[in-house]
Amino acid sequence: MKEYFALIFTGGKSLIIGMMITLRELFRPVVTVQYPREKLPISPNYRGHTILIRDDEKPEKHRCISCKMCERECPSSCIDLAGEKREGVKGMVLVRYQLDFTKCSLCGTCVEICPTDALDYSQEYRHVGFTREEFHYDLLAMVEEEK
Amino acid sequence: MSDVMNTSLFPPELLRILFTLVCAIVIVFGNAVVMGYLERKLAGRFQRRPGPMEVGWHGILQLAVDGVKLVGKQLIVPKQADKVLYRLAPIISFAPAIMPLVVIPFSPKLQGRDFDVGLLFILAVVAINVLAILVAGWSSNNKYSLLGAMRSVAQNVAYEIPMLLTLLSVILVTGTFSLRGIVEAQSGGAWFIFFMPVAFLIFFAATLAETNRAPFDLPEAESELTAGFMTEFSGMGFSLFFMAEYTYMFIACSLTVILFLGGWSGPPLPYGEYTSALWFFAKVYALLLTMIWIRWTFPRVRFDQLLNFCWKYLVPFSLVHLLVTAVVVKL
Repeated sequence: MKEYFALIFTGGKSLIIGMMITLRELFRPVVTVQYPREKLPISPNYRGHTILIRDDEKPEKHRCISCKMCERECPSSCIDLAGEKREGVKGMVLVRYQLDFTKCSLCGTCVEICPTDALDYSQEYRHVGFTREEFHYDLLAMVEEEK
Repeated sequence: MSDVMNTSLFPPELLRILFTLVCAIVIVFGNAVVMGYLERKLAGRFQRRPGPMEVGWHGILQLAVDGVKLVGKQLIVPKQADKVLYRLAPIISFAPAIMPLVVIPFSPKLQGRDFDVGLLFILAVVAINVLAILVAGWSSNNKYSLLGAMRSVAQNVAYEIPMLLTLLSVILVTGTFSLRGIVEAQSGGAWFIFFMPVAFLIFFAATLAETNRAPFDLPEAESELTAGFMTEFSGMGFSLFFMAEYTYMFIACSLTVILFLGGWSGPPLPYGEYTSALWFFAKVYALLLTMIWIRWTFPRVRFDQLLNFCWKYLVPFSLVHLLVTAVVVKL
């Protein structure tokens, strides 16, 4: 008989505690992010596809010297770049830098191997396309566009 | 007044019936829309989601869009279902939902009809819903539907007893079944909830079970029975059940307000004979919000727990309560 009333007491108490918890949650702010209209800030450590970054001292130029180290090191062979020699310009000039993102595994070997630190990860996470060719990124065009 | 209106064409009694019916239908549909929106919005907020946000300002037109969608849907009758009963079930559920609104006193002058047995009338009419659920589950030719219907019947039969016993305590004090009489017996702030809070709690728990609300929503039990007795219903068949369910909730909360919370009584308002319906609706919606709050707080009980709770706790307590009330009234 004592257990019978004890159960009513503890049960009723636990019901009230539960109701208070949900009541508190009711007045706390909503955590949903309405995605296409709102976006969460991305961590600076995010590994998007690689991009050519511009020189801090000469912002109009990228740092690539067309040494082809990244192309050689890439385990997935997804980088295709070419440079040419031009009159009056010291060193090689980059004319093509194609990244096949369908093959890229984001291992980061190209970023680590680059002797001039010309490569970095982008913040891009919205990759959408109807054909696989849309994921063949032209990094040189991207860095030119940014200017 | 009778000279102004041509009463031979429109006798006042006919006008009264028409007005009552229109008001009843407005309340049924309005309540379903408001409650549908509040339910989804509050469900979201309890879980820290925004709820419906896309249609209109903060999703306020969501239910209108849902209504259009449901009207446009095909009514599918399953093969080998009992076609007549299957079509009839939503109507059997929905039609009695309107009738109790005739006797509910919203304010001293807003009441369709004041029966001497108003309370019994409501209980009798509302009990038809159990039949509708059984018919729906039986005629669907679906095991989930049948299970849901059987559960609903067992649950409703069990919980009717403590509900009626607590009602009887109130009736012993007021000495009348007329809903207006019960409200008038509580005038001046002498609400019955202050004299018999245990009866109020038992009655509210029993109405939660009677209206198949969480944590006693075993007849629907969406995680185990898909939608229980409503599984096979589509389009307007489903939405009639949906509206009936919210109307029964409204009626159950109205009864609670009339029996324990003093009906329309509250601080005086201008034209109080009509506008005190505001207090009535405020109390009803406070109870309805509590029902939503309870739904999104507690998990569903198991079936043996459901029946144990009724037979081992609610029934003995309501019997003792009835006895004590009888003794106190006699003294």
